[in-house]
Amino acid sequence: MLRLVAGRLLQMAATLLAVSALVWLVMGLMPGDPADLAMMADPALTAADIERLRAAHGLDRPLHERYAAWLAAVLRGEFGFSRLYAVRAETVLWPALRSTLVLLGASLALAAGLGTALGVLAAARPRWAPPVDALAILAQSVPGFWLGILLVILFAVTLGWLPAGGSPEAPGAVEALRFLALPVATLAIVNLAAYARHTMAATQAVLREPYIQTARMKGLPERAVVWRHAFPNAAVPVLTVAALDAGALVSGALIVEIIFARPGMGKLIYDAVMGNDYNLALLALLLASAVTMGATLFADLGQRLIDPRLRG
Amino acid sequence: MGLALLLPLAAGAAAAPWVQGWLGHDPFTPDLFNRHAPPSAGHPLGTDELGRDILLRVLFGARVSLLVGLSVAVAATALGAAVGLFAAWRGGWPDAVLMRIADGMLALPALPLLVVLAAVDTGRFGLPRGEAASDIARLVVILTLFGWVGVARLARAAALAELARDYVTAARVSGAREARVLLRHVAPNVSGPVLVAAALSVAGAILAESALSFLGLGIQPPAPSWGNMLANAQDLVFSAPLAAVWPGLAILLAVAGCTLLADGLRSRREL
Repeated sequence: MLRLVAGRLLQMAATLLAVSALVWLVMGLMPGDPADLAMMADPALTAADIERLRAAHGLDRPLHERYAAWLAAVLRGEFGFSRLYAVRAETVLWPALRSTLVLLGASLALAAGLGTALGVLAAARPRWAPPVDALAILAQSVPGFWLGILLVILFAVTLGWLPAGGSPEAPGAVEALRFLALPVATLAIVNLAAYARHTMAATQAVLREPYIQTARMKGLPERAVVWRHAFPNAAVPVLTVAALDAGALVSGALIVEIIFARPGMGKLIYDAVMGNDYNLALLALLLASAVTMGATLFADLGQRLIDPRLRG
Repeated sequence: MGLALLLPLAAGAAAAPWVQGWLGHDPFTPDLFNRHAPPSAGHPLGTDELGRDILLRVLFGARVSLLVGLSVAVAATALGAAVGLFAAWRGGWPDAVLMRIADGMLALPALPLLVVLAAVDTGRFGLPRGEAASDIARLVVILTLFGWVGVARLARAAALAELARDYVTAARVSGAREARVLLRHVAPNVSGPVLVAAALSVAGAILAESALSFLGLGIQPPAPSWGNMLANAQDLVFSAPLAAVWPGLAILLAVAGCTLLADGLRSRREL
């Protein structure tokens, strides 16, 4: 177990390093370096001023030297400044991360809970299998941003029950929930399909096992057979899906945050990329990647805790 | 079942110029006196915020979206199958390195990375910028970078199973060169799972393209794409909610069609 964690942490570090190098290169290729932006913002700057700015910030040095300097600073815990928000990068990053984690956690709980329940239902009552399957394919195919817009049209524009987006204007849990409802619903529906389909397949397979027949023959009510005997054995795939879909969930959160104008990592990355805020964009991207890989690792470990066969 | 959804869309995309001639509008020319027109005989789905026909724009958007989806699927499948076959055949450290790279890419959130890649200014490499053709080419390249991974893993798993079979040994014993063993004997037998992965990658590419276009990083207006039509429609949910329905429905049908096609291919193989 410890070896596995150590190996995976090493792999995560290597992946993050590769991503940071790649993104650094890509951002170096993006239009406009910070000195160009300063020049656009202030017409009074002369060419000589720009050269001095470039030299002062090390922008005249080659890309790999700048990358090494940046990496050393980040490893020392100096994350640098955000150009867009004109504050230290971490003061923007942490609140955004917290907001995204709330969205991710609530959506994951809803998607996994509802998806699993639907999957077990479809496996236990064959009559329910075709509609659940159809629903899963529908939910899997619907683009998250379109679903978000449709929910806004229904609940915000037509019915006027919920806000169309933004962040809570008044303090209080109810107000926060009102703003959380549509984003969470969107993200949960899009991610529910995988849980439903995998749980359904796994439960169907388990229900054919001999020990289920034994449980039925000794007179257990069907409810106990399904939930006490079959479900725990079918639950492993739920964690497999959670591990596999962590990336999709975070990607979905990004687009959901943008539709609903929710401050979070996704909106931060998008705004930073669009606003040439290199430093913030890179840090936010690495943080999002680390969160995704951490979630995958946790799901893998959970799988091993539940299923002794995987410990090996 | 999947084909039943895909064929009408493909036919509509192919017939877009005829539909245009038949309705007698240009989907690119604004008609400001006719904004947000309700559905009528002349405009079966109404008009958008610039008075352009929504049906025609959805059909022309289908050409872009399906073209991107198919091109990405072809490129990603070719690349993924080649990598998977090579990794399975070579084994050892090249296999380990390639699969660790694949693991790493699968563990990453794809969309934020795609956003960063899509924001790269291709003009700096001397490529044309701002034209529909170069937008499409750029999207295909970026989406292929992420699309090969799933295909490669499936192809590798299938090829490993096939390489252990007796017919491979028989072919080798009878003096066939390794390239011939791989291409003539192993490749046809892994084509089933690879085809399923290809159908799924069309769905993934259409979703990713529309998401990027929705974010303003894919196909640039005035060229229509389902994604950028939705971006316009989102700004207008309060004044013209119906405009948001059609492009999204088209994406839904295309993606569901590909998913069902993949399901059908899979179950036919198992029978």
